[in-house]
Amino acid sequence: MEYLLQQIINGVTLGSIYGLIAIGYTMVFGIIGMVNFAHGDVFMLSTFIALIFLLLLTQVLGLGSLAIALFIVLILAMLLTSLWAWAIERLAYRPLRGSFRLAPLISAIGMSIFLSNLVQVTQGPRNKPVPSILGEVITLSEREGYSVTLSYRQILIVVVTGVLLLAFWYIVQKTSLGRAQRACEQDRRMAALLGVDVDRTISLTFVIGAALAAVAGLLFMIYYGVVNFNDGFVPGVKAFTAAVLGGIGSLPGAVLGGLLIGLIETLWSAYFSIDYKDVATFSILAVTLVFLPSGLLGKPEVEKV
Amino acid sequence: MAAAATEPRSLPANPLARGLKEGLGAALLAFGLAVPILALRTEQNISNQLVLQPRWHYVGFAVLAAFLGRLLFVLATSAAAPRRPKAAAPAAFPAGAARALSILGLLLLLLYPVLALAIAGRAGAVKWIDNFGVQILIYIMLGWGLNIVVGLAGLLDLGYVAFYAVGAYSTALLAQNFGLSFWLCLPLAGILAAFWGILLGFPVLRLRGDYLAIVTLAFGEIIRLVLINWVPVTNGYAGISGIPRPTFFGLPFNASDSGFAAFFGIEFSPLHRIIFLFYVILALALITNWVTLRLRRLPIGRAWEALREDEIACRALGINTTNTKLTAFAMGAGFGGFAGSFFAARQGFISPESFTFMESAVVLAIAVLGGMGSQIGVAIAAAVMIGGTEILRELEWLKQIFGSAFDPAQYRMLLFGLAMVLVMVWKPRGLVSFRRPSIFLREARPVRADMVKEGSG
Repeated sequence: MEYLLQQIINGVTLGSIYGLIAIGYTMVFGIIGMVNFAHGDVFMLSTFIALIFLLLLTQVLGLGSLAIALFIVLILAMLLTSLWAWAIERLAYRPLRGSFRLAPLISAIGMSIFLSNLVQVTQGPRNKPVPSILGEVITLSEREGYSVTLSYRQILIVVVTGVLLLAFWYIVQKTSLGRAQRACEQDRRMAALLGVDVDRTISLTFVIGAALAAVAGLLFMIYYGVVNFNDGFVPGVKAFTAAVLGGIGSLPGAVLGGLLIGLIETLWSAYFSIDYKDVATFSILAVTLVFLPSGLLGKPEVEKV
Repeated sequence: MAAAATEPRSLPANPLARGLKEGLGAALLAFGLAVPILALRTEQNISNQLVLQPRWHYVGFAVLAAFLGRLLFVLATSAAAPRRPKAAAPAAFPAGAARALSILGLLLLLLYPVLALAIAGRAGAVKWIDNFGVQILIYIMLGWGLNIVVGLAGLLDLGYVAFYAVGAYSTALLAQNFGLSFWLCLPLAGILAAFWGILLGFPVLRLRGDYLAIVTLAFGEIIRLVLINWVPVTNGYAGISGIPRPTFFGLPFNASDSGFAAFFGIEFSPLHRIIFLFYVILALALITNWVTLRLRRLPIGRAWEALREDEIACRALGINTTNTKLTAFAMGAGFGGFAGSFFAARQGFISPESFTFMESAVVLAIAVLGGMGSQIGVAIAAAVMIGGTEILRELEWLKQIFGSAFDPAQYRMLLFGLAMVLVMVWKPRGLVSFRRPSIFLREARPVRADMVKEGSG
């Protein structure tokens, strides 16, 4: 029982990170119907941006307070990652809008290769161990020598995710940007006729997705304590799985899917086989797409002739 | 540059001013993107702590490159704009010229090892035949195999490397456990891979476009993970070694008395095997090409292309889409299996490292960038992309400019990804975007790129 509780805590933490990345996939798919294959690598890039600024603030500038340092790192990582996403959309995807459907996907795959290799070349191929942050734990219960613990990082991850999701929900539901976004999602041409700046809305969608991925990147770095140039692909595919499982295009679905994938992955590792945990996630991806293509909360797609 | 700047003065907006302005914007953007990834490198010091190494000159290069690149782009496009004809006529390729060109290309390929020997000498030829010739031909074969699935049938497969892996591991395991020779393993590997193609094709029959791509990617990764983790059979990360090399009608390429060299009474040289392997993969690739070209004229090939253009219309016309898709998957997978079998026999050693998603992406890039469905385009794309990245290893003189720590080879995938994006933006239909119809009235007119609508379903 204690073991299960511990795994659930770990799973929810991991799921929060996946959920944050998944929103980027689901929003972009919702608005332009494209799988942004490079999103996982944008996330990876953000972990490196966060790592570099953290080192810069704590080592070079000697900032004493960790909380302030983390806050500045968060803001800078969000800004710079957003800039990258904006540039990628502008240079690699926008010229291909209206081209045949596979063109943006292939461009995105090229971008993904470019980003991961850029980080490999500029930062080196080795794992980067991050100094431990917020490693202290709270012991929730202790019985028969097994204790259930909750670390400060886990609390931080879940709280930050929750707050951001609320802010994000507010943007999408209540602001004019959110309205423009939902209008573009429903009918891009009609939205343009009614005076919505479609290009700007799509750019902002990429920017918001990247900003959330940057938050996920910082949390990922704190949680695992190590970053690598290769960390974009597998978390990216898992987050995409989360988006698909929750119903692609649906924002609550992305969060729900993220939590489910996090839980499944942790429980699978704990009770079955840790070697095959990625096989489990990839199988869920395949099974969902084949048997439940609209996901748990998505709208079924109507095929028009 | 100065000439280009002064000449088009009659244009509406002064291109130089516009170029400078946009160049400045690009430089600013490059600066924002390059900080901090390029400027500060994280390195571990002796006590395993991460420290930052400033390398601001890299940012300088990036900013300068962005500025000049944008400036020249604006100048070049504004200079070229008025001269461009309104509607570019399709590059009509006379049938005779195309035929002559392909015969010439074939002759060149057949004579390639001889030419390499003549030009580079015995020591240099190994590199040119093995690293360039054989390597490029493997990718041409993979590209042509994938072309059946992606180019003809319009099914985007991101997990093609899985069939390559099935072929390679089939060969390795059959040879190791049953002692079969390469020539027996080769057809078996192809058949097994085709079988896997059908097996993985079944569940994805209903999917299209991006979803199909993602599911095939998942399958490819699952197969790779199983290869890694099923240690009793596949030996995990350590891989399988000691795969028998191909023999020349039973004559092994070694220095023994029963070897190839001794039988023909010539001096033993490792070059013999390499040249032989070159011709084997050349033959395999040409078979792939020939089969594809013939299939295009069969009902099944026409069904594939019809499926690519419009699946719903296909169904309405009574084409069995299930069979059509499955045969495309099986054919493509089978050729992938042949290539994998050859790969295993050439290397003598395989491990899951060779079958990552990156390989799938590279093969897909070759198939798509070459112009989907165009055989010659795929061959050109493979030669340019693989040959180009191999040539990076050869650029020793760059070391003299950037210092000895500079290794051009590590930039190959970086440039590969960049090339993928640039070709897509510049020519979304691939390099060779027109194609010759397989059925026509009186004369075959090449179909222009914008008339070809692949994979849009």
